[in-house]
Amino acid sequence: MLNAIEVDEVSKTFRIHHERHSSLKERLLRPGGGSHSDFEALRAVSFNVGPAETVGILGRNGSGKSTILKTICGVLQPSSGEVRLRGTLAALLELGAGFQPELSGRDNIYLSGSMLGLSKRTIRGLFDEIVEFSELGDFIDTPVKFYSSGMYVRLGFAVAVNVDPDILVVDEVLAVGDEKFQAKCMARISRLQNDGRSILLVSHSAAQVQTLCSRAVVLDHGSVIADGAVGTSIDAFRSVLHADTREVDSASPRARVEAVTTESGRFDVVMGGAWRGIARVHSEFAGDVRVVAAIRSPRNELLSATPISQGLVSLRPGVQDLSLQIARLPFLPGTYTLSISLRDADSGDSVAHVEQAAIIEITGESSSDGVFELDFDAKIL
Amino acid sequence: MSEVTPSSRRPIEDRPVRVVSARLSFLQQIRSIWRSRELLNYMVVSDVKVKYKESALGIAWSMVAPALTLVIYYLVFGALLKNGIPHFVIFLFSGLIVWNFVTNVVIPSTSVVVDRQAIVKKVAFPREILALSTVGAGLVYFVMQLVVFAIFMAIFRTAPQWSLLWLVPVALLGLVIIIGSIGLLLSALNVFLRDIKHLVEVFMQLWFYLTPIVYSYSRQVEPSLVHHGLSWLYFLNPVAPAVLTFQRIFYVHEYVQATTPGHAVLQVIPHWSTMHYLEMNLAVIGVGLVIFAVTMKIFGRLQGNFAQEL
Repeated sequence: MLNAIEVDEVSKTFRIHHERHSSLKERLLRPGGGSHSDFEALRAVSFNVGPAETVGILGRNGSGKSTILKTICGVLQPSSGEVRLRGTLAALLELGAGFQPELSGRDNIYLSGSMLGLSKRTIRGLFDEIVEFSELGDFIDTPVKFYSSGMYVRLGFAVAVNVDPDILVVDEVLAVGDEKFQAKCMARISRLQNDGRSILLVSHSAAQVQTLCSRAVVLDHGSVIADGAVGTSIDAFRSVLHADTREVDSASPRARVEAVTTESGRFDVVMGGAWRGIARVHSEFAGDVRVVAAIRSPRNELLSATPISQGLVSLRPGVQDLSLQIARLPFLPGTYTLSISLRDADSGDSVAHVEQAAIIEITGESSSDGVFELDFDAKIL
Repeated sequence: MSEVTPSSRRPIEDRPVRVVSARLSFLQQIRSIWRSRELLNYMVVSDVKVKYKESALGIAWSMVAPALTLVIYYLVFGALLKNGIPHFVIFLFSGLIVWNFVTNVVIPSTSVVVDRQAIVKKVAFPREILALSTVGAGLVYFVMQLVVFAIFMAIFRTAPQWSLLWLVPVALLGLVIIIGSIGLLLSALNVFLRDIKHLVEVFMQLWFYLTPIVYSYSRQVEPSLVHHGLSWLYFLNPVAPAVLTFQRIFYVHEYVQATTPGHAVLQVIPHWSTMHYLEMNLAVIGVGLVIFAVTMKIFGRLQGNFAQEL
């Protein structure tokens, strides 16, 4: 069977210049070129996306997921290997990237539409729908430099999703606009799915991939480490996250958070439920520290950080287990990250810090938009 | 979707295959440019629109500015330095209209990839389009200036040699191919060596004086070069043939051929046959096509690293 996207042994090596040599003088004075090292962003990556298939690409920051995406879109050329695409492709890499600020919204629809490979006639046919979708109304004839950032993004999305491509590539741009507009975008994407388009979705949110995709590819250090049913791939993604994210990035750590585990070994919590974890801490000193926990949303927004006045513990030299407890996690279903810091109780200095100490999956059903569920009721008095 | 474009109904077997790889053949490059011709069209239109958007005179500047330049050169070289070329305004305009096309392409295209880096890093389209759009915009300005030229000729009551007008597109074609290729090459090189932009700005001044625009090739250059058999050297400048051709077509006819008996021989334009002009321009087109092929090869190699170098 033919595939819509075939990624065939694609490798990409970036040359990292330690001293940038972009002027002639420097090149002439030091003909050997500055010191540089090669960074292999992609190593012989291969996978296919079939027609009418929605595939997610998961990976941590720096795993190569943006690079493979740019390569598929043709923004970057592979160092070796090739990508074969069947049909028209529209990419949502950055909304409104092709806009010319001096021109009106109307002109920009034509300009960016033709950048996506559409003919004038096709764009004219889609024009009204794009304007309606963007909710810009009369502003369509205003130069886009006068647009608010929300208007800009709405127009960008409206162009991209309305061009009706055979292949749609989406890079975490679904996090734009207000909740209502986001819901509209999601609805449009599911419609494209039902219409049999191939969609490639890049995300670091396992939850988003789970809802939209049937299959997922997991990248780590530029290699494919899993390619299969979405559930299996998400497990593989979790395991690299848990294996690798517990590095302490404090300058001179006097303590280390070695692992965050749970009694059951599971990290899923029903929405509104409690979460209990155990942090294994290796300390080089005896003294009082404050444990600070911070929760970040799937989009990496800080949702809550506990005040430094809480969580007082006395550390002793050596290894010890701390019990962590969050009595209620009110957040909507999704993948959240927990970071843990230990601060000196007297000076407030950080003695240990771990980003993404644990990935907490909140499960359950909710039809609310936003980040957490509001206990809300309205009635006539 | 309420409106379904024909392409989406196409079964996958019938869809065109696009390949993203490190090496595209010359034909694949040309094909991808051809497919993006509507984008090229919009880029040219938006270039022209944006350039004069905020000014009161708008697009009229593309006519007024060169007319003012013409006045300056006329005053300096015609009135002040007295170069003795009769009907100097028409002579000057014939060369300047060619030269303005050259600068309108070479200077903007050198920095076009760097200037539009926001798009280059985010949107996939044949990068050649960026440099080619400056060629398109240059042609738009060329046509506008041709209108001004016509007005000038009417004012000075001179006429082009109608029987040679067909040489205009021939000379222009050669110029577009060669200058377009140079612009394409510079646009790619400038990404890696940003000094090129500044070098080009200085070099353009030298290039201007290497081209017979403010002086006459036949009177001031040919006599000294031809003795040493070095006139070929002068024609390494790819703009010279086009300028000479334009002067032959538009400059006042009486001064083209040797003058009537009794008058001193005043030779401003070379004594070349029409055939010679045609051959010269065909040679430019031929050399231009070779340069274009080589440039496309180099551009194809370099463009893979644009997004990461910007």
